[in-house]
Amino acid sequence: MGNKKQKKTPEQQQYEQLQQKHETKRPIFKNCLKAFFVGGFICTIGQAISYFYIYFFNFTEQTAGNPTVATMIFLAMLMTGFGFYDRIGQFAGAGSAVPITGFGNAVISAAIEHRTEGFVLGVGGNMFKLAGSVILFGVFAAFVVALIKTLLIMWGVI
Amino acid sequence: MLVGKQSWIFQQHPVIAATGVSGGPFEANGHLAEDFDILHDDLWMGQDSYEKAQRVLIEEAIQTVMQKGNIQKEDVQFLIAGDLINQITPTSFAARTAQIPYFGLFGACSTSMEGLALASFMVNYKGAKNVLTGASSHNAATEKQFRYPTEYGGQKPPTAQWTATGAGVALVTDKKNGENLPYTTSATIGKVIDMGLTDPFNMGGAMAPAAADTITAHLKDLQLEPSHYDLIVTGDLARVGRETVLDLLETNGLKMDPNRFLDCGLMLYKEDQPVQAGGSGAGCSAIVLYGHLLNQMKKGIYKRILLVATGALLSPLSFQQGESIPCIAHAVSIEI
Repeated sequence: MGNKKQKKTPEQQQYEQLQQKHETKRPIFKNCLKAFFVGGFICTIGQAISYFYIYFFNFTEQTAGNPTVATMIFLAMLMTGFGFYDRIGQFAGAGSAVPITGFGNAVISAAIEHRTEGFVLGVGGNMFKLAGSVILFGVFAAFVVALIKTLLIMWGVI
Repeated sequence: MLVGKQSWIFQQHPVIAATGVSGGPFEANGHLAEDFDILHDDLWMGQDSYEKAQRVLIEEAIQTVMQKGNIQKEDVQFLIAGDLINQITPTSFAARTAQIPYFGLFGACSTSMEGLALASFMVNYKGAKNVLTGASSHNAATEKQFRYPTEYGGQKPPTAQWTATGAGVALVTDKKNGENLPYTTSATIGKVIDMGLTDPFNMGGAMAPAAADTITAHLKDLQLEPSHYDLIVTGDLARVGRETVLDLLETNGLKMDPNRFLDCGLMLYKEDQPVQAGGSGAGCSAIVLYGHLLNQMKKGIYKRILLVATGALLSPLSFQQGESIPCIAHAVSIEI
């Protein structure tokens, strides 16, 4: 965090080492495996929904993305509202946080949480308090990538 | 009477005449369910917000303690209590209902013993005849303020702790009915210690040095050996903090018997409950002491205990601004 610049005293450093001995470590390998399989499972469902829209409705592989994302977020909303998603999250970690359902969960859980402060100041004001930075930096990253691509095309590289 | 640097001895032996303890659904499934006076099966407690639910927990605990202590609010001089929520509104709002002159405390999770020490001091020096003191926390209200929304699917590391839902209130009085009632004998007020830890998902590790400092100071001020107490109980250090504090005390030259060095955060819940390292929260030590431990003392299992409540004095803002977590611990000794 920010105070890494702040020097720790030798006493504090010594304590940090002692404390780390007792700290239960995250089981990184196990967590990665769980994230891989749960994340993969969520993506498989997404793929199935995508095929569903292509075969039963008038969508192509390019246009099926939007209804698929909407459906996945809708499912995440139900799971969040019924109180399952946080349990999946504790088990799967990044596996359920990285797919679009994790984004949905971040928005919806904040909306539910702040319902008690009313629709405007509560739901409206807090809905994007977790997901807001994803949107901001996502849009900014997309802008930068598009800018690079445009420049490369202008210079005739691609 | 002041002894040593930072401790009081209560020669008049203020009595803990009665206690009231309320809890939520997660606590009802825990280890100490039978020690609660009131248990709710709904986290909302029939209210429309978690903050109001926490107020209800405190109100119920106050009502219970006055019933059990057979005392009217007119006879209670002061209420000394606090919680973790911004501006301690649940406690202040409960004090509005109780209509008892009120001191609001903030010591994070050390509030329970801060309150008991002050209440004992008042009663010991005839500043009051009857004082109510307590602390409370609500899992969802606390998570909302300090961490993420309740239903957010973030993964908590194994060092994280589970904020207890519940309130514990005690009636401290000067009446000695000669009955089998616990009384406070001394208290040690801790200083704020910051060992530079910044991880809010490892409160036990951050608070351990404060607990070690207060325990060391207590034993030094009163010139006691650790074996003087049947039990030394920390507030909410949970697994990581408890092991660390045992290590720290050993480097201070105090060899503790691990079987007689317990932690409220490890006593409250069952092994299979998903609390990661253990329980925490201002209510945690209040519930365990005023519910479970005093019952055990009345049954004669323990004669002399030292309760060391530990608090992490951070705010969501201070953490986001990259500040480390300053911590504090207060100790009160109770005998029967």
